[in-house]
Amino acid sequence: MGNPLGRYLLTLSRLWGTSLAMQFEYQANLVLEVVAAIANLLGSLLLLSLFYGEGRALGGWSWPQALVVLGVYTLLEGITSTWLRPNLSTIVGHVQQGTLDFVLLKPIDSQFWLSTSRISLMGLPEIATGLGLMIWAAGQAGIRITPWLLIQTLLMLVASGLLLYSLWFLVSTTSIWFVKTWNATEVLRAALSSGRYPISAFPTAVRRFFTIVLPVAFLTTVPAEAMLGRLTLPWLLLSLMVACIGLALSRAFWQFALRFYTSASS
Amino acid sequence: MAPSSSTSPSPIIRADGLSKTYRVATKDPGLAGTLRHFLQRRYKDVAAVRDVSFQIQPGEMVGFLGPNGAGKTTTLKMLTGLIHPSAGKALVAGYTPHRRQANFLRRITLVMGQKQQLLWDLPALDSLRVNAAVYGIDEVESRHRIHDLAEMLDLGAELKRPLRKLSLGQRMKTELLAALLHRPEVLFLDEPTLGLDVNAQARVRSFLADYNQRFGATVLLTSHYMADITALCPRVLLIHEGRLFHDGSLDALTQRLAPCREVRLELAEPWPLESLRAYGEVESCEGMVVHLLIRRDALTAAVSRLLAELPVRDLEVRDPPIEELIGSLFVQGTLS
Repeated sequence: MGNPLGRYLLTLSRLWGTSLAMQFEYQANLVLEVVAAIANLLGSLLLLSLFYGEGRALGGWSWPQALVVLGVYTLLEGITSTWLRPNLSTIVGHVQQGTLDFVLLKPIDSQFWLSTSRISLMGLPEIATGLGLMIWAAGQAGIRITPWLLIQTLLMLVASGLLLYSLWFLVSTTSIWFVKTWNATEVLRAALSSGRYPISAFPTAVRRFFTIVLPVAFLTTVPAEAMLGRLTLPWLLLSLMVACIGLALSRAFWQFALRFYTSASS
Repeated sequence: MAPSSSTSPSPIIRADGLSKTYRVATKDPGLAGTLRHFLQRRYKDVAAVRDVSFQIQPGEMVGFLGPNGAGKTTTLKMLTGLIHPSAGKALVAGYTPHRRQANFLRRITLVMGQKQQLLWDLPALDSLRVNAAVYGIDEVESRHRIHDLAEMLDLGAELKRPLRKLSLGQRMKTELLAALLHRPEVLFLDEPTLGLDVNAQARVRSFLADYNQRFGATVLLTSHYMADITALCPRVLLIHEGRLFHDGSLDALTQRLAPCREVRLELAEPWPLESLRAYGEVESCEGMVVHLLIRRDALTAAVSRLLAELPVRDLEVRDPPIEELIGSLFVQGTLS
């Protein structure tokens, strides 16, 4: 049967191949989606430049520093479009139509399959812009980019991506009981969009909520702090820990939920 | 292929007191009912499967019968590990299904006539390549298997066309191919011929018989088409309202459901009804054509007497069609 890692990697590469092939099957749709993604991005950049304005500071963050946060947010949006949304938004449909059966019948980890089997090109412009914005804005803020800074930032970005994934997967998992949870994922997304701004721009109570209850702070502010070279070791470790806990929770909750799966009747 | 006895040493499928109870929300019709349903949901427990026990030997082909909602699909889902039983135990190929261990999943397959696993927008070959990777089948071997199965299923260029461009029959055949690529030992087939025309049904049937012969696979098959069952399954399980009502041959089931056989007589001259009643129950008597229902144990003697005592021009003994028997009994509710 070969080694399991090789089997998973081969499966993944073939899944992504079919996923891209499906997008290319409808050429006109693909072109329209790319145009929409670019237009969307230009619009939000314009809006935010008006909102912040040159020379204004927000919650102790200068304009270029705040732009780093926006860069991280844009990058996360790109990751959402490329990875999270194409996969996690299908879970509800799988439960509703009973096609989750086919996933559960395969000798492959069902969470892995549901979380990775699709990939979309739509987020690539946002990912590129997000990264560009982070690097450019950090330069504007007078940061000299060292290898250690890059490693820290990369680590925090990975932690942030995993945390966002875990939150979304947790919410999607509840569809095993409630079947329709599209609204819940929308509420989650709306709350997370507050990650556009540095967390210290919010009043203390809101800040606490976004750090402890809904860990938005770890999604954008912490990676931005890392990029600006201001992240302390405890925060770095805490962020990694929160990501690991999120991941473990999403896994445990999925396994638990499957016990209640009744499969749509035929 | 003989029906198993309960003392057989190594059944490949084993259900011991399998039960499943669903909790279902109930809702009254109308706006008031909808509001009440939203604010305070009421639930009731519905027993879909109750205390079902049976064993199936390796290589057997068993038909699983019952009307809609009898619990067939729920039982299949418990045996494939998709849902947890509320009570009782299942053992398939030596594994407890709901643990869904990889080695168990490699040995089984479930084909559902109403659901498809293949990607709608792509040719089946793309989905098959993914399945080959999932099951760890190498390139050469998977090509070889696809070729073999495609030949058995009479599939060719269809595998290279997007699924949405195929007919229902072709789609079902590609679904079967996908479900069997990993050469499972145990096949659970839930209405695999649903909606297919007569030719496509026959094709799927002969394929299943071939596959069973060639690989010695065990098959548990549900179907609304009696022809599937009579052609493929020497043994049937009949389930009604979640309970196992019959486990044995189709003939035995017919005997049980219809203790009488139907005798159609064509007489040379009209005969008084009263004297016909001496041979059995008169079902109908139109002119010189008479339909009698005669108990199986009295059949031989009755037929000899009929031939000896009446001016018989033609005589035919037959069983009522099995689907009619099952259907009418379910409608009357006499099985419970």
